[in-house]
Amino acid sequence: MVNNFFEQLKRSVGVAKKDLRIYYKRGPVIIFGLIMPFFLFLSFFIGRNMPIERLFIGLLGMAIFFSSMSIGPAIIPFEASSRTLERLMSTPIAVWALFLGDVIASFLYGLLISIVPLIIGLVLGINIIQPLILSLGMVLAALCFSSFGILLSAYPPTDVPSTAMMISNLVKFPLVFISGVFIPISQMQDWGKIIASFSPLTYFTDLVSYCTQETSYYSIPVDFIALIGFTLLFLTAAIKIHEKTLPKRLS
Amino acid sequence: MKTAIEVEGLTKSFGEITAVNHINFEVKKDEIFGFLGPNGAGKTTTIRMLTGVLKPDEGKAIIMGHDILKEPLKAKQIISVVPEMANAYLDLTAWQNLMLMGELYGVPKEESRERAKFLLKEFGLYERRNQLARGFSKGMKQKLILCAALLTEPQVLFLDEPTAGLDVESARLIRDMIRQYNREGTTIFFSTHNMEEANRLCDRIAIINHGKIAAIDTPEKLRMKSIELKSVEVSFNKPVPIKELAEIPNITNLKKIGDKIRLYTDEPHSVINSLTDYARRKKLTIISLNTLAPTLEDVFIKLVREHRGD
Repeated sequence: MVNNFFEQLKRSVGVAKKDLRIYYKRGPVIIFGLIMPFFLFLSFFIGRNMPIERLFIGLLGMAIFFSSMSIGPAIIPFEASSRTLERLMSTPIAVWALFLGDVIASFLYGLLISIVPLIIGLVLGINIIQPLILSLGMVLAALCFSSFGILLSAYPPTDVPSTAMMISNLVKFPLVFISGVFIPISQMQDWGKIIASFSPLTYFTDLVSYCTQETSYYSIPVDFIALIGFTLLFLTAAIKIHEKTLPKRLS
Repeated sequence: MKTAIEVEGLTKSFGEITAVNHINFEVKKDEIFGFLGPNGAGKTTTIRMLTGVLKPDEGKAIIMGHDILKEPLKAKQIISVVPEMANAYLDLTAWQNLMLMGELYGVPKEESRERAKFLLKEFGLYERRNQLARGFSKGMKQKLILCAALLTEPQVLFLDEPTAGLDVESARLIRDMIRQYNREGTTIFFSTHNMEEANRLCDRIAIINHGKIAAIDTPEKLRMKSIELKSVEVSFNKPVPIKELAEIPNITNLKKIGDKIRLYTDEPHSVINSLTDYARRKKLTIISLNTLAPTLEDVFIKLVREHRGD
């Protein structure tokens, strides 16, 4: 029974509930996950004559990207430093189920936060031409970025949350600039387009562009396949690397 | 199945330091097994390996028939751990901490609630069930962790120095609970460096030092093995020079303990005679005179020293 997939999945939900109760009120999560990206958005867009649809793509892309990745990198360092990781590891939860729980929590938080810019967009008169595709895209993107967040905490195996947050920011901020958040992919140089194709955020902003402006650089199936591919890659890599680094955190 | 825990050649090193060095022992089902050792002897590392937190470098540990390395989830499902440092989630309430444990062990929700209510009442925490663990005292946190461990009704309960640093009342409550749950069929494995606690609680004791098992037996048999540690404790109405007492025949060692002097000997009768002669000669009055069997602490210190090669 304990090895049963659904039994373990239930335990993942328990971990997710715990994460949501504990971590989303933490200072570093609010600062790096919400406040900093919001001001980055403002500093880039204020005073520039941009169509509102373009602003919406940037705001929604940044909101879902930063909020889904806000807590993931810090959970395991927080747990290691407070020795609750040891408690978790002595319980009958599989390593994959433990990290899936963290992903579920990040996913729900990211999805919930990204509803705010969506409502702002609708109030400002953004016309969502493809609501179903946008909803599906948001779900997939939140899952993908949450997995990415958990992967970023896998190495180095630190138990200092601020170190993990710093490392994740080193990866997150450059990605925002190459993913069509500020500059549409179609307007990038060829080398920029190549780099952009390695960022999962690119495919989400492309999807939002399609849903609001009916223009996209990639085809919609490509955007979906890329997001699914990145999710599977991040999730698998996160679980495998965490499995390897956990003993170092516990010794 | 008569064996709850089987350990064979368990070894763990951290860099060049071997914390646990090829240890072997068995814990019988329904037993209270004490794991005694000085600080840094390897007690916590052993418990962490037995509970699947650390991977051993060598050897194996079988918990109720399940190899902790090959079937970790099955083994963990039937055990619970109370670590040395209470590691409750400080930003969750006492109730939420217990519900989380229930979820992690797959205990049905209604059962979790009933057990949590019962345990929190037993440990005097029910009134504070909705408060964050952050505001709890050390003793309360330890009780909460014990509640969380017992919520899952484990077959084997591991406790790592569960009463260390607790006030007398909390420590007694925890000891009483250990006895009670053992009577109800839970096998208890607990580490301590409190000899008196081990003596009062344990069916058998293993003494570990420098990562190696120095002895395993019942407390009484361990004491009997160190018969040369029998002693006579005496106090006089006036202070006496300890050097003079050292000249009494058949004494292996002596030490001053408060206003008393303890003389170690394997012939207490002869030492008592010598002491009464000495008192008569020096015109002293004997205030108290007792013969003592070796304490577990004496045995422990002797074994640790022997092991160290002192």
